[in-house]
Amino acid sequence: MRLSSDALRLILPVLALAVLLGTVFWLRPNTMGYTGLHLLFKLALPIALATLSQMVILAVNDIDLSTGPFVSFVTCVTATFLVDTPALGVLILLAAIAAYAALGMIIAWRQLPAIVVTLGMSFVWSGLAVLMLPSPGGTAPAWIAALTGWRPPLVPFGVLSTVVVMVLAHLLIMRSTLGVLIRGIGGNERSVARAGWSVLRARGIAYAIAGAFGVLSGMSLTGIMTSGDANMAVNYTLLSIAGAILGGCEFMGGKVSPIGAVFGAATLLLATSVFTFLRVPPDWQIGAQGMILIAVLALRIALGRGEASR
Amino acid sequence: MTALVEVTGARVRFGEVVALDGVSLTVAAGECLGLVGHNGAGKSTLVNVLNGGLAPTEGAVRASGHDGDWSIAAARAIGLRSVFQELSLCPNLTVAENARLMHRSLSGRGWRRRAGDVARAALDMVFPGHRIEPRMQVGSLSIAERQMVEIAMAFADAGIAPRLVILDEPTSSLDAGLAEQLLAHVRRFVAGGGAVILITHILGEILSTATRIVVMKDGRIAAERPAQAFTHATLVDAMGSPAGDQDRSRRTAQTGAAVLSLPAGARGGGDFTVRKGEVVGLAGLAGHGQTRMLHALHDLKTPQWWPARDPQVAFVAGDRRVNGTFDVWSILRNISIGTLSDLSRRGWIDRRAEAARGREWQSRIAIRTPDLNLPILSLSGGNQQKALFARALSSRAPVVLMDDPMRGVDVGTKQEVYAMIRAEAKVGRTFVWYSTEMDEITLCDRVYVFRDGVIVAELEGDAITEANVLSASFAGAA
Repeated sequence: MRLSSDALRLILPVLALAVLLGTVFWLRPNTMGYTGLHLLFKLALPIALATLSQMVILAVNDIDLSTGPFVSFVTCVTATFLVDTPALGVLILLAAIAAYAALGMIIAWRQLPAIVVTLGMSFVWSGLAVLMLPSPGGTAPAWIAALTGWRPPLVPFGVLSTVVVMVLAHLLIMRSTLGVLIRGIGGNERSVARAGWSVLRARGIAYAIAGAFGVLSGMSLTGIMTSGDANMAVNYTLLSIAGAILGGCEFMGGKVSPIGAVFGAATLLLATSVFTFLRVPPDWQIGAQGMILIAVLALRIALGRGEASR
Repeated sequence: MTALVEVTGARVRFGEVVALDGVSLTVAAGECLGLVGHNGAGKSTLVNVLNGGLAPTEGAVRASGHDGDWSIAAARAIGLRSVFQELSLCPNLTVAENARLMHRSLSGRGWRRRAGDVARAALDMVFPGHRIEPRMQVGSLSIAERQMVEIAMAFADAGIAPRLVILDEPTSSLDAGLAEQLLAHVRRFVAGGGAVILITHILGEILSTATRIVVMKDGRIAAERPAQAFTHATLVDAMGSPAGDQDRSRRTAQTGAAVLSLPAGARGGGDFTVRKGEVVGLAGLAGHGQTRMLHALHDLKTPQWWPARDPQVAFVAGDRRVNGTFDVWSILRNISIGTLSDLSRRGWIDRRAEAARGREWQSRIAIRTPDLNLPILSLSGGNQQKALFARALSSRAPVVLMDDPMRGVDVGTKQEVYAMIRAEAKVGRTFVWYSTEMDEITLCDRVYVFRDGVIVAELEGDAITEANVLSASFAGAA
């Protein structure tokens, strides 16, 4: 049977993760166990959530340059307000999601370039985070720490929670009417409007979902690191874009895949461990991550060409 | 017969252009209305007024079973559906998901299965024997299959039954067999009490399917008769202008050397050649491959890697904002960008030579501005277009390609540019001119008429008449 382009899109990130995991197991056979996997995928949940947040924005043909600062901002709220005055903390986080929705609607209403708006917002989130926590500190709320510290039988929390989030995101984006509407905007905004849908509302909802994923990412990150920091997740912006693209999402056309995005994020996470095991100096690791990204993208284009020439 | 939708005295203006000039039209249940006319006759504008996408400046739209303002939502609510020429499906979604977006009533649990059933039923009804599955992604379908999905979706019944379906060039990517299936369905649908507005350049389809034919010209209805009252010849006649062609000073014998030629591609059609000093027109309905031909000619003579010292072709854009003006640059920069290598020494631009060149062309082509250093957007559309002409004509390129460059240009400017083209042709420059305006086509020495992406006719000298161009643009047999 001929493989659909969607299946092809998914094979590459899965293959990339398998190759990297195989390399890790070969380099360090003792990682092949509960504790080993626990350590390897400790940070998988927040990275996967941030990547899903980015993916929802990509689905409506936009890009979010404020993912990293926003997640850092959420860690600061979580480590301070959510501990001392939980009601106010929840309110702030809900307001942050509402701000994302408002941004989406403003971008749709005024036809602004999302790249500029979110770049500006990245400074706003960073500033607010520094105001709250000038230096790293605070503590994670007990219930979050308990959840992220939970050691379920058989499968480590990092792996289990990421898989659960991946399935839920798949149902929301790929199977629900709302997901179809969001991807439809990416595919052909005009015809969605012609069919009588409010593009303004749909974009607002898409941004709200992205904000919600970002909040969950920041909360889980605080739980794992047990404190907040205004600079904790600054590299999440590029990591989330790279992860989503690695996972088969595209910048234009509403072509996204939550499963692919999560696999892409996990691949980039694992790459860091591989480079450490290979004694690649930290200075070179970002470059090496880039090389993986380029290799996978080149492979995708090559496969796409092969498909097109059939 | 009961009127479904009624337009009275609709008038639409876009700036200086009057697109609809007082059109009144009634569409009744149980009829197939054939709508024909040349480019700019106002067909698309009328369709947009009917489906609620465009509010007329004057006049009103009334529909049975509807009060209040006319809008896209109101039109959909009474069962009016449109199939547009350009693809309006989401290519990244499956057929079923597109059905869900098109038909809002397919909500709630199990919508995926129901939307799939609706899409499949509609496709089975219009195109029996199709091989499209509802779970296929639209992007993976061929162009013909996408058009089939789109047409079928318009005839689908998911809550609101279709009562009036507007088909704008529905058969443009369907082969003869599929087109016949569609027309058969249109006849069935009309016999069952539905109404269809059919717009197509294939006159055979109109004559065989429509019950009534409306001919539009210059934003007005030029003729309206039952379909039986028309023949192929009288229909072409009705589209053309009653006044005879004016006499034009055209050179007859062409003996110059061929400067550009393009053999017919895989799609068939005639070969293309243009000789030195000729003005060759590309005619036919808009979007039938003329712009693609200009781009191909441009690519043929332009290096892909590094600009040539001696340019072979210059290009005058029609869609200024897309591939013409540099919006934030001055008028002078917009003119000189085409000839920078002539105006520079050892890689440095000679500002004085640039300014002199600018002044020379400002006076030659009469660009109305106090200062060439003002931004290009400070000019009116017609003067912007003159600046683009100056960019092309000031180059040393022997061939100038023009992509319908007179869109939105006033009559005075047009006459000035026509004179300039004639003068330049006389001294040996060659022009390839795509135009959607019949007046401009009749100015050319020789004309190629395009249909469905290929050259279908070549007219020369006195054979270039509106009637000949029209009858070649509209295919006779299906």
